[in-house]
Amino acid sequence: MGSDGEERAPEFGSMVGELREVYESGRTRDMEWRRSQLRGLVRLLEEKEEDIFDALREDLGKPRGEAFRDEVGVLVKSVKDKLQNLGKWAAPEKVETPLVAFPASAFVVPEPLGVVLIFSCWNLPIGLALEPLSGALAAGNAVVVKPSELAPSTAAFLAANIPKYLDSKVVKVVEGGPEAGETLMEHRWDKVLFTGSGRVGRIIMTKAAKHLTPVALELGSKCPCIVDWLDSQRDSQVAVNRIIGAKWSTCAGQACIAIDYILVEEEFAPILIELLKSTLKTFFAKPGHMARVLNERQFQRLGALLDDPRVASSVVHGGYFDPKTLSIEPTILLNPPLDSDIMTEEIFGPLLPIITVKKIEDSIRFLKSKPKPLAIYAFTTNEKLKRRIIEETSSGSVTFNDAIVQYGLDSIPFGGVGHSGFGQYHGKYSFEMFSHKKAVLKRSFLIEFMFRYPPWDDGKLGMLRHVFRFDYVNLFLALLGLRR
Amino acid sequence: MADAAALGETARELREAYESGRTRSVAWRQAQLRGLLRLLQEKEAEAFRALHDDLGKHHAEAFRDEVGVLVKSANAALRELGRWMAPEKVWVPLIAFPASAQVVPEPLGVVLVFSCWNVPLGLSLEPLIGAVAAGNAVLLKPSELAPSTARFLGDNIGRYMDAAAVKVVQGGPEVGEQLMEHRWDKVLFTGSPRIARMVMAAASRHLTPVALELGGKCPCIFDSIAGARDLRFAVNRVVGAKWSPCAGQACIAIDYVLVEERFLPTLLKMLKSTLKSFFPEADHMARIVNARHFERLRALLKDTSVAASVVHGGSMDAKNLYIEPTILLNPPLDSAIMTEEIFGPLLPIITVKKIEDSVAFVRARPKPLAIYAFTGNASLRRRIEEETSSGSLVFNDAVVQYAIDALPFGGVGESGFGQYHGKYSFEMFSHRKAVMKRGYLIELMLRYPPWDESKVALMRHLYRFDYFSFVLRFLGLRR
Repeated sequence: MGSDGEERAPEFGSMVGELREVYESGRTRDMEWRRSQLRGLVRLLEEKEEDIFDALREDLGKPRGEAFRDEVGVLVKSVKDKLQNLGKWAAPEKVETPLVAFPASAFVVPEPLGVVLIFSCWNLPIGLALEPLSGALAAGNAVVVKPSELAPSTAAFLAANIPKYLDSKVVKVVEGGPEAGETLMEHRWDKVLFTGSGRVGRIIMTKAAKHLTPVALELGSKCPCIVDWLDSQRDSQVAVNRIIGAKWSTCAGQACIAIDYILVEEEFAPILIELLKSTLKTFFAKPGHMARVLNERQFQRLGALLDDPRVASSVVHGGYFDPKTLSIEPTILLNPPLDSDIMTEEIFGPLLPIITVKKIEDSIRFLKSKPKPLAIYAFTTNEKLKRRIIEETSSGSVTFNDAIVQYGLDSIPFGGVGHSGFGQYHGKYSFEMFSHKKAVLKRSFLIEFMFRYPPWDDGKLGMLRHVFRFDYVNLFLALLGLRR
Repeated sequence: MADAAALGETARELREAYESGRTRSVAWRQAQLRGLLRLLQEKEAEAFRALHDDLGKHHAEAFRDEVGVLVKSANAALRELGRWMAPEKVWVPLIAFPASAQVVPEPLGVVLVFSCWNVPLGLSLEPLIGAVAAGNAVLLKPSELAPSTARFLGDNIGRYMDAAAVKVVQGGPEVGEQLMEHRWDKVLFTGSPRIARMVMAAASRHLTPVALELGGKCPCIFDSIAGARDLRFAVNRVVGAKWSPCAGQACIAIDYVLVEERFLPTLLKMLKSTLKSFFPEADHMARIVNARHFERLRALLKDTSVAASVVHGGSMDAKNLYIEPTILLNPPLDSAIMTEEIFGPLLPIITVKKIEDSVAFVRARPKPLAIYAFTGNASLRRRIEEETSSGSLVFNDAVVQYAIDALPFGGVGESGFGQYHGKYSFEMFSHRKAVMKRGYLIELMLRYPPWDESKVALMRHLYRFDYFSFVLRFLGLRR
């Protein structure tokens, strides 16, 4: 892993050239080849499962259960889903042609974009690399995957194993840091998917602009969780399970769709906090059941969020930072100031601010004043509130009475809107992200309408008028000379 | 001409109009579409006049390529609006029970449409139809190179549509740059790759999503057509797709033709005679938009080997910005006329030994917006379909794909990205929001820490939808 960008540029040039050549050979278009790649991915995930768990534990201290639940298990399911549906997705879609075009047939034919580049992120280093990879392969592309260097064990694992299980001439893994990423972006790609921060997203898109390379950006955001009064003790407990599962159990809060902060009615806050405390105790009684903070830099960043004395004094649970092990215990804050960093920047860590409102409906106005997040969560059985949230707020997704689970559902698109990004994937959307929908029209010489062409006269104009209104009766009459 | 402060004010007003929520209602969207239809109907004569002023377009061509298409599209949008707006219920696996999920389309917000000078009405209003159907507030920036049409839009859009939510701004490149200082929820740009790069780079600063409709050299593969009738119709369609749309100044016009050596004389003869019958007088073909483009086209013929390849036409009238339909035979492949998008009434014909050689020729070049092929040969058709890539591919006709609502319109590779027309217009300016609803009836503790191997084993079964094994293990009847 060199740091000299200059040195690597020619290297990437020949890699990109090779990929283009292999793509042009047509190998990746073949459906059997695509299926073999997807099967290869499934085998990789199943055979190398232990190695994956080891890599994730080294990089992030992820416990096995979490690594399986959030990365391996989800992936196996979704790659198999792609295997099952590939035929359907790749098939040309016959579409309607107007009668005036008769005889004609029209199709929308998906084709691969060509040679694509996937940047994945450090927090879900297997998932954010392989889910898009499976979509790109299903769509018939040649692919370069650039894992994050901040999760080095996983990057090394991918570099070592992708060539073993997949067609190594068509799928490449490039290790390295930001300079490697920048050098890669000097080239033209047929599509780039970037998952990461808005800051780097801007750099990627600016570089892509030089080559007019289409990009998709999956960016971060502050995902809010509205917690309404729930009908029963049991329901409240279930909700709290799910909230904890979506905050601390997901890479210690370092996830783009983790709950960032909570909005709750003043009166309900104490109840919620008590439930959170007791459930946290159950879930994380022993060490090793929560991931650790990625590295020193993230640890410092999170610590700095509590530098503001107003924020520090709002801590109602936890707050202990251990610099030796880079662990931060699950921390809850109650009403830190809205202008503090912890309430303006994406937290991406195990700190949970709870903001109280007078009436739960006030949450909606609160959300509308903030940038559109990747996900909005709401624990409520109030149908009117649900409807208002759907209609009056905007986000990549909305999930009611649960959180994070939308990530595992293949039938819905995953992606942001506004500041949380653009471009969607998962399921068939992964296939479409890396495809071009080619419009194909087939006509015949059986019928020829001279009113399409000059020299122009009012008769032709009259017939064109009928055509564009699909007014076949009048068109027919006009053609017969019985009407203008 | 708007200045920076005025532009900022315009953007703010549009944002306010959007945030008020009124563009979301079906009624508002229908009203905009109906307003547009009324505009096209009541102001048709003015629209024709503007297009004639700007480009010398005959009003029948203006109707065929711009007004008529727009009427069709707006009517289709009105008809389909309910269907496009409806949430789509999707499948949820049993393990999630009880749960439901849907994909809900919502407007992106405030969108910006840059249109181009050559189809100045169509390239402004076709996207506008999609943007308002999708419930957005819209700012339209027509090209200053078609000033009469720009003024026509400026004068009339506000009268027929919601003037606070649908606006037109006049001006040139500086205005475009100033507009891009702001954040938009989407930008659609139709024009040249050079400006597109600037638009996309400016958009990156705000992480604004963009769609780019760029040009390309659209090739026409012309196979040996048997049968005099078929041949005549094929040549009609070639002439109709080169010189009839804005004198070749169209992104989907035929740029050049590929034909077998031995069939060339037949094709050439037919082209000449069809040109004579289609364009008996100059006013049945548009003129060149302005002096700059006229000089650009003239310069294409300056190269002596290119000039020497002219086999028909070639005369140019600088005063009236008129270039007669011109055909060239085998100009050098490295000349500007064969490497740059022509966008004018000059048609190079390139001969190949065998028509199948066209496929390699096209593949060696950037992906165009459209590929056309006149052929009855099924195996050639299949090769073209499978081995070439382009925004669209049309057999035995040309340009007409633009008018078919069910087909997405847009480029790939160097010809751009993003598609519209029909439902794709609606989708271009929409966000597909995923909405998932769950309940509290069933709670599986295997999702949460503290972790142990049995939880992992149970999850394994669930992710495989292996409910049977899951139940057995869950009940403790299996380890």
